[in-house]
Amino acid sequence: MNNSSLDQRSREQRRDILRILEVARRGHIGSTFSLLEIVRVLYDHVLQVDPLNPRWPDRDRFILSKGHGCLALYLMLAEKGFIPREELGRFCRFEGILGGHPEYGKVPGVEASTGALGHGLSIGVGMALAARIDHKAYRVFVLTGDGECDEGSVWEAALSAGKHKLSRLTVIVDYNKMQSYGSTAEVQELEPFVDKWRSFGFAVREVDGHDVPALEGVFGTLPFEADRPSAVICHTVKGKGMAAMENNPDWHHKSKISDEEFTRLYAELGFPR
Amino acid sequence: MRRTCLLSMYELAQADPRVVFIGSDITKRDLEKLAADFPDRFFIEGIYEAHIIGLAAGMALSGKIPYINTIATFLTRRCYEQVLIDVGLHNLPVRLIGSGGGVVYAPLGPTHLAIEDIAIMRAIPNMTIVAPCDKDEMTRLMPQTLAWPGPIYIRLAKGGDKIVSRADRPFQIGKAILLREGKDVLFVTTGVTTQVALEAADRLAPLGLSASVLHMHTVKPMDEDALLACAGRARVVITAEEHTLMGGLGSAVAEVLLESRLAGAFRFKRLGFPDVFTEELGSQSDIMKKYGLSAEGLVKTAQDLA
Repeated sequence: MNNSSLDQRSREQRRDILRILEVARRGHIGSTFSLLEIVRVLYDHVLQVDPLNPRWPDRDRFILSKGHGCLALYLMLAEKGFIPREELGRFCRFEGILGGHPEYGKVPGVEASTGALGHGLSIGVGMALAARIDHKAYRVFVLTGDGECDEGSVWEAALSAGKHKLSRLTVIVDYNKMQSYGSTAEVQELEPFVDKWRSFGFAVREVDGHDVPALEGVFGTLPFEADRPSAVICHTVKGKGMAAMENNPDWHHKSKISDEEFTRLYAELGFPR
Repeated sequence: MRRTCLLSMYELAQADPRVVFIGSDITKRDLEKLAADFPDRFFIEGIYEAHIIGLAAGMALSGKIPYINTIATFLTRRCYEQVLIDVGLHNLPVRLIGSGGGVVYAPLGPTHLAIEDIAIMRAIPNMTIVAPCDKDEMTRLMPQTLAWPGPIYIRLAKGGDKIVSRADRPFQIGKAILLREGKDVLFVTTGVTTQVALEAADRLAPLGLSASVLHMHTVKPMDEDALLACAGRARVVITAEEHTLMGGLGSAVAEVLLESRLAGAFRFKRLGFPDVFTEELGSQSDIMKKYGLSAEGLVKTAQDLA
C-alpha cells in the first residue's frame, strides 16, 4: 500500500528539507519524510487557515502530536507564508524560532507545543469540545506517530473522543511501523491497529500516506460518520524516498550527516547539491 | 472548603461564559445545580487525569477558562508532564482544584497524601499556587481566579476548618495577609497551618513571647515584600506547612530570606514533614501533631529559638 513514487513537488520538498538539515546537521529526518505528504495535503487541500491571521478564531486546528516530525510542518508554514522562508535556515539555532520540536507562541501557525509524546490528541479533544460549546464549525486534526500510540494517554484521549462523539476531530496516524529502536512489531506490536481505533469509537479509513491523490480523496470525505471521530491510518515508509534511509532506524534522529551523504541524498532525488 | 469552592463554580459559570468545569469522576454532591443549568460547560470525565489536563489545555487554547477538580495527588503528580507542558509551558488559564491537600486523607495512606504538591507545582514556571485557610477565604479567592493570568493550583483543605480569615483584611492573590502582629516571633504559614500558628501565638503571649502570623495563602508568586517587612521585625522566623520540607513554603521563604540583607539577623526553622513517607494512619491532626505541626509544636519551637 505504500509503493507509490514521489511526484516532483514531493522530491522538491525533500530537497528543501535536506537544505535545512545541512545547516543544523541534525534532525528527525526519517520521521519527516514519513509524514511529509500527509502534512502537504493537509495544508494544500484540507485546512482552512489564514497565514495573515494565524489566530483566526474559526480556523481549522492542526496539531503535530509527533512533534519530532516538525521539519515537514516548518516547510509548509514557510510555503504558506506563516513564517519567513529565511527562518528555515535558522533551524535549531540559538537565535531561531524553529526548534527540534514545534513551539506554540513562538512559531506562528503552531497550535500546541509538542515533543513529549502522547499529548496532542487530548489537546485536540479539548479544542473540539470548545468548538462544540461555541457552536463553531472548525475542525481539529491531530497527527500522531505509531510509536507514540504506545503512550497510554493516547488511548485515554481516544476513549474520551469516542464518548463525546467528536465528529469534528480527526486523528491521523503516521503508521510507518518503525520506531527508534526497531520495528513496532519488535518493540510494541500495535496490531490489530484499525480494530483498536474502531473499538474506541472511531470511524476508520486506511490510506497510502505517500499517495497524494489518495490522501486528498480520504480527507475529502471527512467526517467518515456523522457522530464519530475519524481516524485515518496512513501506511507510510520511514525515510520515504531515500534508499539508505527507508526503514533504517539509524536515520530516526540523524546527527553528524556527512557531506558525502548529503551529496548522495540530493543525487537520489535528482538534484545537484 | 471544597463545598464552598465547588458551589462558587455556579456563580463563576454565570458570570463568565468562558468558564468550564471538569471533574474527574468526583462525587455528584454540590454539583447538581451547575450540571443542570450549564450542561454544555459541565464535564464529568473518566479517571484519566493526564488526558483531562490536555483536554483542559485544548479548551483554554480555544478561549475557555477550565476549572478541574479531583484529588490533589492525582491532579499534580499523576499527570505532572501534562501540567508542566500543556498548561505551564503554554501559560494557560487552567485552574487545578486539588481536593485533600496535605494529609487530609490520612486514613487512606500514603498514596492519597499530597505532601509534595506545592514543591512540584512550584517548579513549573507560570504556575500560581494558592492554599486558602478556610471557607470564607475560599469565597474571596474564587472570583479573583477569573481574571488571573496563567494557571493556578488551588490546594483545598479538609473542610470545616476554623474560620480565622478576616473580612477586614482584603484578600488578593499574591499578597500575604498579616493576621497577627508581634515583635519576637514570626510564623509564616499557608493553608490550615495558619490556624495552628494563631493558636500558638495565643499560647506564647502569656509566656512572654509575642508572635506575628503571616498567612502566605499564595505560595507562588510569593509576597517577598511582606515577608521581608515582617522578618525584619522578628528575632525568630518559623515556617509551618502541611507539606514535605523539600521545596515547599519553608524552602521558598528560606530562599528569599537567605538572599536578602536580613540573612543572619534572626534564627530560622522550618516545620513540616521530613524526607520520609509517613507511616501513620489516623487523622490529619494526628499526623501533623507527630511532626510538630500543632500549637504545642510551634510553641516549643518558638521557645527553643527565642
